[in-house]
Amino acid sequence: MAGGKEIRTKIKSVQNTKKITKAMEMVAASKMRKAQERMRAARPYSDKMRRLAANLSQANVTEYRHAFLDKPESVKRIGLIVVTTDKGLCGGLNTNILRQLTGAMRQWEQEGVSEFSVTCIGNKGLGFMQRMGARVVSHVVQVGDAPHMDKLIGPIKVMIDAFQNDELDAIHIAYTRFINTMKQEPVIEQLLPLTGERLGTPDRAWDYLYEPEAKVVLDYMLVRYVESLIYQAVAENMASEQSARMVAMKAATDNAGTVIKELQLVYNKARQAAITKEISEIVGGAAAISG
Amino acid sequence: MAMTIQVDVVSAEESIFSGLAEFVVLPGEAGELGILPGHMPLMTRIKPGAVRLKLPGQEAEELIFVAGGLLEVQPGLVTVLADTAIRGKDLDEAQAMEAKAKAEEAMAGRESKIDYARAQAELSEAIAQLVAIQRLRKRGH
Repeated sequence: MAGGKEIRTKIKSVQNTKKITKAMEMVAASKMRKAQERMRAARPYSDKMRRLAANLSQANVTEYRHAFLDKPESVKRIGLIVVTTDKGLCGGLNTNILRQLTGAMRQWEQEGVSEFSVTCIGNKGLGFMQRMGARVVSHVVQVGDAPHMDKLIGPIKVMIDAFQNDELDAIHIAYTRFINTMKQEPVIEQLLPLTGERLGTPDRAWDYLYEPEAKVVLDYMLVRYVESLIYQAVAENMASEQSARMVAMKAATDNAGTVIKELQLVYNKARQAAITKEISEIVGGAAAISG
Repeated sequence: MAMTIQVDVVSAEESIFSGLAEFVVLPGEAGELGILPGHMPLMTRIKPGAVRLKLPGQEAEELIFVAGGLLEVQPGLVTVLADTAIRGKDLDEAQAMEAKAKAEEAMAGRESKIDYARAQAELSEAIAQLVAIQRLRKRGH
């Protein structure tokens, strides 16, 4: 039987752990709210961009066909943008997306893809990809609590440039989609070339007047559109991270509570046993003297 | 009442302005642009500068600063897709170069073959942990 003192120390330490996990849970809860707001705030831009891209893809079919819209005959080289978190302690969030990604990469390799280039957003994915030996062409870590476009521009441009220079046949993005507080879903989506679903249906094919000319404006717009899609993915990933962390920390707090209860029980039993032992010793001693 | 036009100013990070205006002035790439209701469909880039809005029933003009972006005009609708930061070709290029250099530095001296076995091992370890935790929780630990 463990001594009372050891158990007490153990209880104390679990109580401290519980305090920490509780605090982390509350921090994550408040950050989650903000992250969700940010995710929503980014929607109007990408909605407008999508509508614009749809209109343009209709209006310009004959005039100018952008590289982003063209399907390659065969996909041999794939660019991957892997969005993960910077920090751990968020349950299976990163593991799930990386597992799905590894599976997809295997699948692609069987289908004849010979080359992968990876852009990592977030520390966890970067570490994993480097250990895995993938070709990481650019990365960004320590994105912070609020995703900022200017941090993402450089690393993304490396990828987009590679696509435009015909060094890549397709770009896919892997991130965790935020569904609700309890549910986040790892997804891998094709970013480039832009597919029909991404473009949506045009509300009307306007005959725009372009300044300076269609090609320049279209180039500019499509790059912005792709950037906004990536930004959206990063924002969603952050909302997912915070809610996954909140849930994980809540579980940890609950677990600590159970552990404390159990230890308290063991401690009480030990104390009771010691008291009983002492009483029986006293009684035994008294009996020996009087007898 | 004067004719109005719906104006939306949005950036990738947030929606900046949405409402009706009588007259909009924007810093277009080829020069200042003034847009009145019923303008023909137009699409152009805009330079960093101020977007000036004449709102109905308001004497003073509304000023919004944008760091460049894209302007789309449809009859009855003006959309400004603003950049969140000052962007320039050189600036973007520099950032891309920097990102590339950082990645190359990290890549230096490593074999490029993808080590699936290692990845698999690492992931299955993490997954095993997760499964164990789940089981523990189900057991009502």
